[in-house]
Amino acid sequence: MFAYIIRRMLATIPVMGVVAIFVFSLLYLSPGDPAVIIAGDTATLDDIARIREKLGLDQPFYIQFGTWVWNLLHGDLGISIFTNLPVMTLIKQRIEPTVALTICTLLVTIPIAIPLGVIAAWKAGTWIDRVVMVFAVAGFSIPGFVLAYILIFTFSIGLDLLPVQGYTSIKDGFGAFASHMVLPSITLGLFYAALVARITRASMLDVLSQDYVRTAQAKGLSNREVLIGHALKNAAVPIATIIGIGVALLISGVVITETVFAIPGIGRLVVDAILRRDYPIIQGVILMFSAWYVLVNLAVDISYTLFDPRIRY
Amino acid sequence: MTIAPAELGAAPAFSIPQRGKLHDIFRRHPTAMAGAILLSLLILMAVFAPWLGTVDPQALAPIRRLRPPSSTYWFGTDMLGRDVYSRVIYGSRVSLIIGISVALFSAAVGITLGLLTGFVRLADAILMRIMDGLMSIPSVLLAIALMALTRASMGNVIFAITVAEVPRVTRLVRGVVLTLREQPFVEAAIVQGTFIAASAMITEAALSFIGAGTPPNIPSWGNIMAEGRSLFQVAYYIILFPGICLSLAVLSINLIGDGLRDALDPRLARRM
Repeated sequence: MFAYIIRRMLATIPVMGVVAIFVFSLLYLSPGDPAVIIAGDTATLDDIARIREKLGLDQPFYIQFGTWVWNLLHGDLGISIFTNLPVMTLIKQRIEPTVALTICTLLVTIPIAIPLGVIAAWKAGTWIDRVVMVFAVAGFSIPGFVLAYILIFTFSIGLDLLPVQGYTSIKDGFGAFASHMVLPSITLGLFYAALVARITRASMLDVLSQDYVRTAQAKGLSNREVLIGHALKNAAVPIATIIGIGVALLISGVVITETVFAIPGIGRLVVDAILRRDYPIIQGVILMFSAWYVLVNLAVDISYTLFDPRIRY
Repeated sequence: MTIAPAELGAAPAFSIPQRGKLHDIFRRHPTAMAGAILLSLLILMAVFAPWLGTVDPQALAPIRRLRPPSSTYWFGTDMLGRDVYSRVIYGSRVSLIIGISVALFSAAVGITLGLLTGFVRLADAILMRIMDGLMSIPSVLLAIALMALTRASMGNVIFAITVAEVPRVTRLVRGVVLTLREQPFVEAAIVQGTFIAASAMITEAALSFIGAGTPPNIPSWGNIMAEGRSLFQVAYYIILFPGICLSLAVLSINLIGDGLRDALDPRLARRM
């Protein structure tokens, strides 16, 4: 098992390597000379040459790439072209709202989505099942930013219950924090809830047709005991996978959700960077999100060995 | 499957096996039928856009800017006085073209790469590492990054979203090839392609919405919503109508996809 875990960890290296090459090429291939952009409008040719030399832009591709990776491994993501601040600093400044939003979304969705999936599977073919499946298809079909505006029109402008946009840190009061988080969490979470509910239903359906479930029912266990004690436990692996992959997917939705709700997180950071063509920020954020995705997947794979003793490596 | 007599009685016109199969999908999945009707309406809307009571979607008229929906301006007018109804109708063209193109291109590339990796060891080792890397980048972000490299054009949007979608098709086709080399990978790719069309429409709209997608002069649903963003508290209708159309378009394709998956790939369907 430990050999497997180590092998699995080593397998993340080529993946991150591909991401690093892709992300680096992004800057290398970007139109316009970064030295010219950094030097500004009033720079002389000498200034530009000096900056180019300082940034190592006069070096061949592989040396530039090597230096860049070396810096990366030391936690240096480069300097933002527009603000002239280290990308790492900018990311640290913006990480809190994004993490808060992701956690709130999980808290809102998982406790709803898994029971929905379990009930749908248990009542498969009935109207309850159909309602859950309709919810799932709707969740897949309504884009986050459309849902966001429908929620804002209804709850913020129409009923005047919640703030329209913005973010308040949890440090400045829980009430204000929560009221700003409700709509963004639902926006970000609908797709995710639909996905988790659907996978839960499917894996429960699979498990419920197994012999041991019939045995459990035959020996007189209550529905609750069969569903939770036997079925859900055995359906845990696909559900855990989708929760894990979903956590990584949520990050992708953050970009749009933060834009609509004017939340000053990583998503906004990258959207602003695109409009200003601030490539180092785009690079840094992509790297961070990919590393996060790879790590979550690693954690999910390793958790299999804990969740499911039937899996042996 | 012992319902042949009833089926024959109900559908004597569908004696060709292929069409019988398709008919069967829609008969057994009323939701897929609803999706097909909805999608057909959208396609008709896109094709006959000039004859649906629309005016030039680009025509500026500063005097009648920000008019709320009325009998003259069904969906109101935007801040430049353009007719939102006409823009939304024409916007269906962009969404459909992008959805269909991305689905076709990613299916074609994905099937090719999937077969290559499924059958050739060396290609598998190299290509799958690249695919794993690309898949670890959130697809919207990957498309954003590619769009940041190029200038805004519909071709570039299609290219960027295709690159983001190809790894998923490749992995699916490879998986099917590896498990049983005679499995219907084309069917699997078709089902996947349907969902890709839906997700490509959302991605295009999302890219345009944040200003990194289709050029602003083309009325796409994402662009219309992007223009309405700063004004949404005063002029809700600029965002609402394209948003509803986008959701319905995606819904129609998802419904068809669910039906197709149940029919063509029962093994996958059971897992979903």
